[in-house]
Amino acid sequence: MTAVQAPRKPSHGPHSPDWKNALFVAPYLFFFVTLLVFPLFWGIWLSFHKADTFSSGPFVGFGNYVRLFNDKVFLQSVGNTFYFVLLTVPTLALIGLFLALALNARTRTATVLRSLFFFSSVLSVTIVTLIWRIVFIPQFGLLATVYGWFGATAPAFVSDPNLAMIAVAMATIWWCLGLPMMLFLSALQQIPGDIYEAAALDNASRWRTLTAITLPSIKRTFALVIIIQIVLQFQLFGQAWLMTRGGPNNVTKPIVLYIYDTAFRRWDLGLGAAASEVLFVLILLAAMAQYLISRRKEDL
Amino acid sequence: MSSGLSNSRSFGDRVILALVIALSIVMLAPALWVIALSFKDNAELMANPNSVFHPPYIIQNYINIVGTSAVFRWILNSLIVSIGLTVGTLVLSSLAGYGFARLNFPGRDILFVVVLFGLAVPEQAVLVARHQIFSILKFHNTYQGIILPGLSSAFGVFLMTQYFRAIPKELDEAAMLDNASRFRVFWKVLLPLTLPAQATLGIFTFLGAWNDYFWPLISATKKEMFTLTVGMASTQTNFAQSEGIGYLMAQAVFAGAPIFIVYLFFQKYIVTAVSGAAVR
Repeated sequence: MTAVQAPRKPSHGPHSPDWKNALFVAPYLFFFVTLLVFPLFWGIWLSFHKADTFSSGPFVGFGNYVRLFNDKVFLQSVGNTFYFVLLTVPTLALIGLFLALALNARTRTATVLRSLFFFSSVLSVTIVTLIWRIVFIPQFGLLATVYGWFGATAPAFVSDPNLAMIAVAMATIWWCLGLPMMLFLSALQQIPGDIYEAAALDNASRWRTLTAITLPSIKRTFALVIIIQIVLQFQLFGQAWLMTRGGPNNVTKPIVLYIYDTAFRRWDLGLGAAASEVLFVLILLAAMAQYLISRRKEDL
Repeated sequence: MSSGLSNSRSFGDRVILALVIALSIVMLAPALWVIALSFKDNAELMANPNSVFHPPYIIQNYINIVGTSAVFRWILNSLIVSIGLTVGTLVLSSLAGYGFARLNFPGRDILFVVVLFGLAVPEQAVLVARHQIFSILKFHNTYQGIILPGLSSAFGVFLMTQYFRAIPKELDEAAMLDNASRFRVFWKVLLPLTLPAQATLGIFTFLGAWNDYFWPLISATKKEMFTLTVGMASTQTNFAQSEGIGYLMAQAVFAGAPIFIVYLFFQKYIVTAVSGAAVR
């Protein structure tokens, strides 16, 4: 069957359609289908059923979704997630941009500082939360010690309902700062140098160069960074779970922690699946925006 | 901003410098604080928190880690999981990348679009179903249970396809004329050229597997199957009481050090990998 469709080529030419060629992609496709595609649809199916660990019970229609949107804790977790995204994403983008602008130089100091601001990104969430719990812990925490030098008492970041999410956000910003900085840096390095030479000949001020040349050139990167961070921070789990257990009073409980609690601690898999579909839709919207922006290159 | 700068230190320069220094301190202080605490005796810390700033510094906390075997088991588990997933991902992604980039088979383009769509599916959307499937297969608390889900990630396939596409076609066409088999062309001619992409994808996968927390937390519930990330998290719960701050901090340093050393050596690849994965 090989040579029929493409008579110009020899039967084993790389461009003639041939079922045997699919053998190269088959091993990956096996895992892709069994561990991603199938669970994706199985999850949707589960969200319409009452289910536990091993089996799925009766069909309940939209019952799980109705329960979900009547659950104050779930609604609160959606609100918490948006609040967390609002706390972290703009800060990450702005500090990342500032650092990229300040450290975009070929000097040794700039290189060392870039490594310094990126190193936390390679740590696991466990180590990051361990570090930040010790920063916030009363009495011998770093914050308590620094406040102590001025004879003051540090606010109880982790246990105060008004501050707990801010504490989680601070740890997250410390952890995730490296990526936005590096993305901005690589965008800055793609701006052609002769534009700057022209600006220098025109005696443009630094501020004018920044606002008229640099910032407009990285507009698209800025949008990308924002969306990448929204997708990432929407999936908040480890920091909230390890620093505060979602407390106090669920104020730091994000959607993923709600899913974890519902599906894997209360074993209400149907409800957990429904919650994960809601999260999926939210993340899909952001991912679609990212796709549109990264494809529209001429918009630069 | 390297270009368009005046040479003199203006007021603006000073503000930027001050901000960078302040941010550096915020970045470094927590890590240094943890390292300092890890060398302190717990009783002394309890009596006087400020004792962290002066000697005596001790290495007893680190000796205690070596004494408790759990950490080494967790490190071993993390190594098995991370290496297994990295090797598996490299093999699957290279084969599939070559297939999608170079070969023709019915439905290729549609399949590739479907795989690309897989990039947009977050772990949480498939987690509940995956857990149920693995319960039925009795995969929980096994190495394959922790490794397998990662093999479905589409990122490696995407990266390798792009990379194979960038290699000039003349290379494999010449080899084909010599009557080399398709696999031979892939193995002998093209694969060696993808080494930089292999390194990037390998380090990215290894790092991700090593640091992964969510799936191992759900799948590995027995203490002896914990990865380092999950195991460390499990000892954190009773913070100040039982083991002592110094011991916990020593654990954090002990767990963070290998990754930090890897980072120092492979920094360039890691940065490329992480940024590349984000932009896709």
